Amino acid sequence: MVAIVDYGVGNIFSLKSSFAAIGAEVTVTSDEKTLREADRIILPGVGAFEDAAKKLEESGMASLIKELAASGKPLMGICLGMQLLFEKSYEYGEHEGLGLIKGSIKPIKDVIPEDYKIPHIGWNKLTFKKADCPIFKYINDGDYVYFVHSFYGADCEASTAATTEYGAELTAAVMDKNVFGCQFHPEKSGQVGLDILRAFVELKEEK
Amino acid sequence: MITKRIIPCLDVRDGRVVKGINFEGLQDVSSPVELAQYYSKNGADELVFYDITASSDGRKLFTDILCETARKVFIPLTVGGGINSVEDFNRVLKCGADKVSVNSGAIRNPGLIYEAAKLYGDQCVVLSVDVKRVGGEFKVFAKGGRENTGMEAISWIKRCVENGAGEVVVNSIDTDGVKQGFDLEMLDAVCNAVSVPVIASGGAGCTGDFVTLFKTLPKVDAGLAASIFHFGEVNINELKKELSQNGIITRL
Repeated sequence: MVAIVDYGVGNIFSLKSSFAAIGAEVTVTSDEKTLREADRIILPGVGAFEDAAKKLEESGMASLIKELAASGKPLMGICLGMQLLFEKSYEYGEHEGLGLIKGSIKPIKDVIPEDYKIPHIGWNKLTFKKADCPIFKYINDGDYVYFVHSFYGADCEASTAATTEYGAELTAAVMDKNVFGCQFHPEKSGQVGLDILRAFVELKEEK
Repeated sequence: MITKRIIPCLDVRDGRVVKGINFEGLQDVSSPVELAQYYSKNGADELVFYDITASSDGRKLFTDILCETARKVFIPLTVGGGINSVEDFNRVLKCGADKVSVNSGAIRNPGLIYEAAKLYGDQCVVLSVDVKRVGGEFKVFAKGGRENTGMEAISWIKRCVENGAGEVVVNSIDTDGVKQGFDLEMLDAVCNAVSVPVIASGGAGCTGDFVTLFKTLPKVDAGLAASIFHFGEVNINELKKELSQNGIITRL
């Protein structure tokens, strides 16, 4: 079963529907027992980093997610959920993340040319950095996915699984053992997105 | 690089798509869910659902249809029509919409865009504006293009973007339905006035009109059309191949 972490942030209707569409059993939960029993966990998120990190911390979900990730359970963060996996974020101040991916979250505007629009929104191309990343099993280098973001994962070379070009090379996906993150929205990226989720659902727990 | 987007627009009344013909493999051409799935498979980069229902029963039906579509279609969905309050934003976002477009609602309540952008983010708020030339000036029209508001269009669009509209759909009443191409002069004026994505609407009659649009105005981000897609005059996959052959970046 796939458990989507419910911590009161963002709209998860499409995310839940996309797992149902690939035939995966899925639940949206904030219950500790359900999260422990799940085969894999999705950390969603839309909005501001500080607010989301606070909600995760206050609900006790932050330490639980860290514990489950350390136990080898496959975990995937999506969009802001990916950013929360990082050590810290410089989105309006400096905030601590879960620290499951080495690196920090920084504003796109610091690295792209001035005439580029922010947010980076639309369909953009993936360039694989780790072609053997298991969530890419059913997709190809150069496939298009759908992005909506104003901040990006920086200083994370060791974990960067894919990048995308937007006046600068931006982190599109990260991985470290059983922990994965997508800056784009697989649930809005057509068949390519569903294929990424399908590969994630097929992952085995690392013991 | 970000691709140029091709967006079919579905007008929905009482739960049915208003116009269309039968495509191969499509059982019910008036079913918004089936047509949305068809377009998604055929390369649409995004879908616009426009609610033209007047009754509250119809509105409930629209919301149900939207949920059903979001369960089956996994590309961005923009919803417009009858959006007059933050509650309306919430109603459609809960059903899987990614963006909400406001038109007359923003004219009636100029605070709506600001309120919605603060709650859901600029990327979620789309300004849709119907524009027509009157005495050599671009004027904003309300009520589906029937009523001249007297407002100058470019300054209205700038004001809405300052208030938080993250994208602008420009419907030219002058070129709409004429099928002689997009309103390049009007679109150029909008592109020069704002820095958010601009979506061209009104006037597309053939594939060449999209090529001309993106070649002439590289700042335009997307082209939107309804009948030429619904009546099968332009196939989206073929249109995108043609764009690509003309050096325009698209998702193939």
